[in-house]
Amino acid sequence: MNNKVPNNKAWLLVLPMLVLVAFSAIIPLMTVVNYSVQDVLGPNASFFTGTEWFKTMLNDEALQAAFLRQISFSLIILAIQIPLGIGIALIMPKRGWQASAVLILITLPLLIPWNVVGSIWQIFTRGDIGLMGWGLRELGISYNITGDASDAWVTIVLMDVWHWTPLVAMLCYSGLRSIPEAYYQAARIDRASKWAVFRYIQLPKLTNVLVIAVLLRFMHSFMIYAEPFVLTGGGPGSSTTFLSQSLATMAIGQQDLGPSAAFSLIYFLVILLVSWVFYTTIMHMQKDKPPHGGA
Amino acid sequence: MSWMVWTMPTAIFFSSIAAMLAGMTIWEILSPTIERKGFLPIATTRGDRLFIGLLSAAFIHLGVIGFTSLSIWIALAVSAVWLLVLMRWG
Repeated sequence: MNNKVPNNKAWLLVLPMLVLVAFSAIIPLMTVVNYSVQDVLGPNASFFTGTEWFKTMLNDEALQAAFLRQISFSLIILAIQIPLGIGIALIMPKRGWQASAVLILITLPLLIPWNVVGSIWQIFTRGDIGLMGWGLRELGISYNITGDASDAWVTIVLMDVWHWTPLVAMLCYSGLRSIPEAYYQAARIDRASKWAVFRYIQLPKLTNVLVIAVLLRFMHSFMIYAEPFVLTGGGPGSSTTFLSQSLATMAIGQQDLGPSAAFSLIYFLVILLVSWVFYTTIMHMQKDKPPHGGA
Repeated sequence: MSWMVWTMPTAIFFSSIAAMLAGMTIWEILSPTIERKGFLPIATTRGDRLFIGLLSAAFIHLGVIGFTSLSIWIALAVSAVWLLVLMRWG
């Protein structure tokens, strides 16, 4: 790597992107920071409130509960989707028309917009006309997402697994396809078991795509909004009200711009922290290993 | 700019961040950073340590504001000391 000539002019090429990000992210973020320390009533009518909104938001019990719910949701779906995605990628056909057919079938859920996914599952789980709701009722299993909190939870997790596991599977599939055949040949010569091939060839080679998969899935699920909003509306009670829904209610429903700005910043910092920790840990794990192949 | 509802404290905050970034750039040009291992469990460059310092400063402030009745200046002082320690020995 050290034979590269450093040339700082390359930074100029980043400028257009920087301008774009400034307008789409940095300036709006600065505005949110400004709102978070004020009570803005209208143009030219705002009062400086200092840290008050942050104090209120951090001590709000409903938000604390939503935060814990959000963390559990993200951990549950990661624990299901990552292993399931790897598993699916491993059994997907490797070449021929079957490979294309399976890829298309698997990608389908990813093409459906979030709120449509919510509607599909809302109808699917209805006790009177929905296939799943009606079927479970006929089997004598009590199932009602509008009345029972654990039913609602199971349904939301199932919906997210259905919607997003394909993404993990696709990423892993592309990762698996990039492993040179020579590794498998070497493994066959050593008479390595299937598990050994998975553990010492496939899994290490998947690390990069898994970092992306975990990060994407964590951030997506941590900001989940439309699907549970359409499916359960955050209910029953507030048992499936996640952070972004609390935020939307506050910012759009009640027009409490100051508190919701403070809350968004806390939300942002948590996402930043978790993403950074994920990224650093996984990159660090890779660095410790002796370099092998072209990885 | 009025739609951004600027206040003096937030303006000072963003100016300091901008000043830090500019300072880091000049420092990097004068003497490029070398990745090294300090008391943190990972090898870091100067920029990594600044990022870690600022991110932990944010959480120190949130902790002090949300869960204690201490002054925010204490949080700022603690963060500044922590940032310096991190930059030097982290």
